[in-house]
Amino acid sequence: MGFLELSHVKKRFGAFVAVEDFELITERGEFVSLLGPSGCGKTTTLRMIAGFEYPDSGSIKVDGKEITNLPPNKRNVGMVFQAYALFPNMTVASNVGFGMRVKKQSKDAITKRVGELLEMIHMPEKADRYPYQLSGGQQQRVALARALAVEPQVLLLDEPLSALDAKIRVALRNEIRAIQRQLGITTVYVTHDQEEALSLSDRVVVMSDGRIEQIGSPSEIYNFPATSFVASFVGTLNLLAARVVDPSAGRLAVEGQEIRAAKPISGARSGEIVSVALRPESISLEEGPEGTNRLRGPVVDVSFLGSIVRLRIRLGDGPTVSLDTFNDPNLTLPPIGEAVTVSFPPEASLVLDQPAAAPGADVAAGD
Amino acid sequence: MTAISERAAPLARPARRFSRSWLGLAPFFLFAIFFIGAPVTYLVLGSFQNNEGQTTLQNYADLATPSIANAFLITIEVSLVTAVVGGIFGFLLAYAVILGGLPRVLRDALMTFSGVASNFAGVPLALAFIFTLGQLGMVTVFLKNFGIDPYASGFTIYSKLGLELVYLYFQFPLMVLIIAPAIDGLRPEWREAAENMGASSRQYWQRVALPILFPTLLGTMILLFGNAFGAQATAYQLTSGLIPLVPLLIGNQIAGDVLHNPGLGYAMAMGMVAIMGISIAIYTLLQRRAERWRR
Amino acid sequence: MKRRRGSIAWWLVFLLGVLYFFLPLVATLDFSLKAKPPFAAYTSSLQDPKFLGSLLYSLVIAGVTITASLALIVPTAYWVQLRVPRARSLVEFVTLLPFVIPAVVLVFGLIRVYSRPPLPFTHTDIGSSALLVAGYIVLSLPYMYRAVDTGLRSIDIRSLTEAAQSMGAGWLTILWRVILPNLRVALLSGAFLTLAIVLGEFTIANFLARPAFGPYLNLLSQSKAYEPAAVSLISFGLTWLAMIAIAFLGRDTRTRIEIGGAH
Repeated sequence: MGFLELSHVKKRFGAFVAVEDFELITERGEFVSLLGPSGCGKTTTLRMIAGFEYPDSGSIKVDGKEITNLPPNKRNVGMVFQAYALFPNMTVASNVGFGMRVKKQSKDAITKRVGELLEMIHMPEKADRYPYQLSGGQQQRVALARALAVEPQVLLLDEPLSALDAKIRVALRNEIRAIQRQLGITTVYVTHDQEEALSLSDRVVVMSDGRIEQIGSPSEIYNFPATSFVASFVGTLNLLAARVVDPSAGRLAVEGQEIRAAKPISGARSGEIVSVALRPESISLEEGPEGTNRLRGPVVDVSFLGSIVRLRIRLGDGPTVSLDTFNDPNLTLPPIGEAVTVSFPPEASLVLDQPAAAPGADVAAGD
Repeated sequence: MTAISERAAPLARPARRFSRSWLGLAPFFLFAIFFIGAPVTYLVLGSFQNNEGQTTLQNYADLATPSIANAFLITIEVSLVTAVVGGIFGFLLAYAVILGGLPRVLRDALMTFSGVASNFAGVPLALAFIFTLGQLGMVTVFLKNFGIDPYASGFTIYSKLGLELVYLYFQFPLMVLIIAPAIDGLRPEWREAAENMGASSRQYWQRVALPILFPTLLGTMILLFGNAFGAQATAYQLTSGLIPLVPLLIGNQIAGDVLHNPGLGYAMAMGMVAIMGISIAIYTLLQRRAERWRR
Repeated sequence: MKRRRGSIAWWLVFLLGVLYFFLPLVATLDFSLKAKPPFAAYTSSLQDPKFLGSLLYSLVIAGVTITASLALIVPTAYWVQLRVPRARSLVEFVTLLPFVIPAVVLVFGLIRVYSRPPLPFTHTDIGSSALLVAGYIVLSLPYMYRAVDTGLRSIDIRSLTEAAQSMGAGWLTILWRVILPNLRVALLSGAFLTLAIVLGEFTIANFLARPAFGPYLNLLSQSKAYEPAAVSLISFGLTWLAMIAIAFLGRDTRTRIEIGGAH
């Protein structure tokens, strides 16, 4: 039995289905991210765990106890909000101690616990400051300490980093994970940033239009996306329309150039059009050993992205394929217009469940 | 304005020679000197002179004469009562339409009404209340049908209570207008955060919402106080001087030197300015404090 | 949304507010219709040359006040933002003075200063009217300045000015052709608020013995029975129109809060 269990949870707002049949079982101490674009239902799900929304049907349990219809102030769940939501009329220490004061705990206990928590977020000297005197990152750390002060069973974080600068975002992200590991607290983290979800989580739940697309470890989500939505939302990706040549042998043709998938293509007949997903980093700028897939075409674009260089190759007169190669100073890059051969192993070509929207579609989604 | 030539060098450049830039403000300051500075200075200087033109503090001492001190007290009382009652009612009204679960249309309607009502005062307002609560007023007659005669129990619209009822007509709408943005500024996440940490609705109001609103609430009530304190036309039309309010006494003094001492009249005006000044200063201070929290 | 509890109490509060707003208006309407025949109070008021005369006078005074006030405030606010930002607090302080100096005190001082040489304004009609306009400019100063200042802040006047300058415009052209058109909404709201203040004002007009709308209504109430009710309602309607106009203008921009004054 899991620690936090959501089963068959549904929520509508009028005619709009916000969350459709949500199922999730998390272990004690697990860090789970809900990942998806805005409006996919991830925040609504989180708010139902917190008690700010009630599901139309289904149940939510924490440690075996049903909390589905409890009001938020009767649950033992800590929440960190996107926009900090610190009380502006209270100092940092009062903010952190709020929950304990409301629960009428002793002054000494509050002082002690607040001190520990401020130590934990490395801000003991800021105890008497007001929120408006703090930076965004500091405010969010205080909000985290505040949510942890009442020793919640579950910690919920609603896009806690999205209002912060890029550098602080990464630093605070690591801090959140470190504190979570240290306390061993079961955590649900909502984000639309795939990098955040992948780097932080034990498991990631990818959502779209109120539905769960896939649940899995970060590596499963990234390397074996179950649907084309997951494939395109997580990471940068080439999506190519391919014609099935021989399903049982996994043979396909992209713009007349034949490639092979590692597994037989189930559920498709020869001549049908399917989507093939290819990660840019799995393609290399060389002929490769015998048995690898090869594609040939002229270089149309070369862009430096810091540690890597991304090239785009045009296939036939339609789609382009992006590939990443490490930025080695000794590397000689082909000039634009020159035809090159690139290669990738059969395992890298993922045939997705849905047929491609139109032949020649080229998708490079993500960040 | 003509002091600056048509070909004035780069306009949008941060000025280095302040003396010349300040010249552009000359018309404004000249106007202020002529039509605010001069009249006030005249009253200030006059308030320190006796009938023989000698410098004296006697006029200020004379403010303590029973009739004048009483006028100040009554004016302060009327202003205070209407500020507190109007403030509380205006707050409740604004809360009702913003957070009380009432339809959104009512909120827009209330805001427009408040804009009108807070600007509706003076002669027509006083008349409207006479038609409502005067001896033959609609509400008076209506109540008489039920055997309640306000006038038999000593009420009259021309009394202090009557005047307060009239002032409330522009007081609470003003409260609505000023407090609405502050109530809007109460972020829903604060409530959620409080509930998340186990606070009840009462605890949220006690510990979070009211403390956040407090400076604005208090400041606005002080503003309402000043608003009523300076009002003259409504009281003039309604009570024809039966209630000795400071603005009415000053009015009498303008019409003819009824105090037989111009200096005392000026001192009275200065007393009024001082009270208004203090209330506006406190209002500004509290408002600034509230701003600091609201980012 | 679950927070519905107490909703009935809030409806009651709202109804009480509605009653407070409308009872005096309904009573006034009711009273005005008691004249025989039913609309006699309105027809006789509208035919009274003094009614039209005082209304026209107040409208003209309002027009002059608005024009003069804008001519004074727009260049000032523009100049403060662009060239002398360090003057801001001083200018703002001056514009807030009318909150501290009640109309009755202001007119007291104005009459004492300008009723004798060297500036005997009150000895002539035109002089008194000029003094009235000056008084009204002072009364509307806080609202007008804030409206213009907010309007200026919402557009990037520095870039606009520099762009116009780079094309060879002088400062008059810049103000007239570039800044003013971009301030339309702010200026119009300020203007309508001033209009509402001037139409309802009594104190200053009365002490300066001007034939304005406020003093007319006061005189009327001493001599007639039903007509004052009719004219009061008309006055309310005019305030209403001015406020609707402001609300209408404020739709696409952030609506300003207007504070009532000049009672």
